[in-house]
Amino acid sequence: MSSILSAENITVEFGGLVAVNDVSFDIPEKGIVSLIGPNGAGKTTFFNILTGLYKPTSGHVMYDGSEITALTPHKIASAGVARTFQNIRLFGSMTAEENVMVAMHSHLKASLSATILGLPSQRREEKAAREEARALLEFVGIGKTANEFARNLSYGDQRRLEVARALALRPKVLLLDEPTAGMNPQESAVFVEFVHRIRDEKGISILLIEHDMAVVMKVSERITVLDRGEKIAEGTPAEIKSNPRVIEAYLGKGVGAGH
Amino acid sequence: MAISLKRKNKKQKNPASARQWAISLTVISIGIWAFFTYLFDKTPDAVQSWFQVWMPPSTINESLVWVICALGLNIVVGYAGLLDLGFVAFWAFGGYAAGWFMSGFFNQVNIHFGSMSAKTIPGIHLSFWLVMIIAALIAGFFGIIIGAPTLRLKSDYLALVTLGFGEIIPQVFTNGENIGGFNLSNGTKGISPVDAIGVFGKRLGPFDLGWKFLIYFFLAACMVFVSLRIRGGRLGRAWLAIREDELAASMMGVPLMRTKLTAYAVGAFSGGIGGAVYATHVNGIFAERFNFSISIILLAMVVLGGMGNVWGVIIGALLMAWINATGLPAIGDTFNNTFHTEINFPSYNFLLFGGILVLMMLFKRDGLLPEARLKMISHENDDEASNTGGH
Repeated sequence: MSSILSAENITVEFGGLVAVNDVSFDIPEKGIVSLIGPNGAGKTTFFNILTGLYKPTSGHVMYDGSEITALTPHKIASAGVARTFQNIRLFGSMTAEENVMVAMHSHLKASLSATILGLPSQRREEKAAREEARALLEFVGIGKTANEFARNLSYGDQRRLEVARALALRPKVLLLDEPTAGMNPQESAVFVEFVHRIRDEKGISILLIEHDMAVVMKVSERITVLDRGEKIAEGTPAEIKSNPRVIEAYLGKGVGAGH
Repeated sequence: MAISLKRKNKKQKNPASARQWAISLTVISIGIWAFFTYLFDKTPDAVQSWFQVWMPPSTINESLVWVICALGLNIVVGYAGLLDLGFVAFWAFGGYAAGWFMSGFFNQVNIHFGSMSAKTIPGIHLSFWLVMIIAALIAGFFGIIIGAPTLRLKSDYLALVTLGFGEIIPQVFTNGENIGGFNLSNGTKGISPVDAIGVFGKRLGPFDLGWKFLIYFFLAACMVFVSLRIRGGRLGRAWLAIREDELAASMMGVPLMRTKLTAYAVGAFSGGIGGAVYATHVNGIFAERFNFSISIILLAMVVLGGMGNVWGVIIGALLMAWINATGLPAIGDTFNNTFHTEINFPSYNFLLFGGILVLMMLFKRDGLLPEARLKMISHENDDEASNTGGH
């Protein structure tokens, strides 16, 4: 299976602290994979490496056949690696529609002068962008909120808006950082469906960081487990469930041994 | 009222209402122009003296210069959220561009292009409109030069660097009469006079205030138009996104450096235009006028009016420019005459401005005419319930 985004032997050190140690990881094309691990395992650090926010001390990140390790975050994003944030980071005082349209920035071509003059090409482009934004809001199920300020949306709608905004980058890979945090089990179940829809209808590969094991086991095709910056296991949900090292990492040694 | 309605409907802005606005503004400007050009001399003396004391035409014109510059600063501070304490530098560049290219300052050469001054006068005499563009380009260029290394800094540090920049440039001009033997700026003596603006075959001398008003008004209207257009487009959205959350913006494919730099350049560009216009207004360029207080007053205009909202900034600029040039002396004179005191009111200018700013920050943080979205931010801690109170 060919991979769309792969990290090769990533190591990150902050000062003397090794946050991620020699981790390799693949996101297969049109796959849904998860990254799990106890708190402080280095999941979010790893995420930030993939999106260019941190640079690894050593190792490479390959995307769609080319290396993106040294690129700036906005270039990686424009190339098609989109993400959402663990603690929602919307543009609160912009409308839902504007939030989505911000992410289209790199796809829109209108120059400053074309914008000032309101050339027909710029108007057409804006109109198309607006329609695309509306369609994305519909897709994530919050079409009615297009003209509302992002900060006035309900928590669940804000999460959906973040996904819509990320999708506006027309990504090939979508990284979701704890997307079900703060959701109840029903909402989480709906979300699992939603992740499958994104993959099936948009053909986007998805990587999740997730704490909710029910969600992880239901949604993922493959799971990678990090613990203290190291990869300790990788496999299908069934394999991970029965992996003694994973159980040990999550529940401690005594319980693992007693099993 | 009409203004606030328009702002709220911006999303579904129909072209008719924008056109109505343009028409009514044109009518107002032509009305003011006609009044001062043709009717003013025929009005009773009492009316004339009232206007000379409370609303002299030169103050109206100067206010428009402030509006042009304040709208430029609004792009940097209000839209992109970059605190700039040195905007006077761009104003100075614009002013000196007018001094270089439309006066007899460089009297070694004799270049005339589109200017209405006599061909025999040496110096570089270009058309005002051309000079304005050159001034804007020079200021914009220096905006980029200064912005490129400094915009990587976070807000407070950026503010300090711009503060330094705003001090350095006027100092260079003040001491620029002998830079390796080259007279750049004529030092403290300044460059005066500046060529008259030529428009429709008419030379606008120092007393053609009505015609100058029309030109300044046209330029200010252009700035409003440009501000609103950019705001509604892809770049305006990117600026707002950066103001809201830089990190998230970059993760959504917005190139931070380039976008901030554009804000800086567009702001500097309008500062340059404002500088050139100011030079024609005061009929010269004088280094000592380009001081720190101009940067601060401009910033105060933006904050007072309502950061990010073009209409608010215009009101702030008009109001403060009027107080600065006419209002305070006039109020002072009236007060002194009524109560037979001898208080020097204009010297309390900055006390008043400072007081106004403090009061504004205490009671009306979002300015006189706040942008709808900013209003929300500055009140978000006041009343959480208001957020859930429907739309």
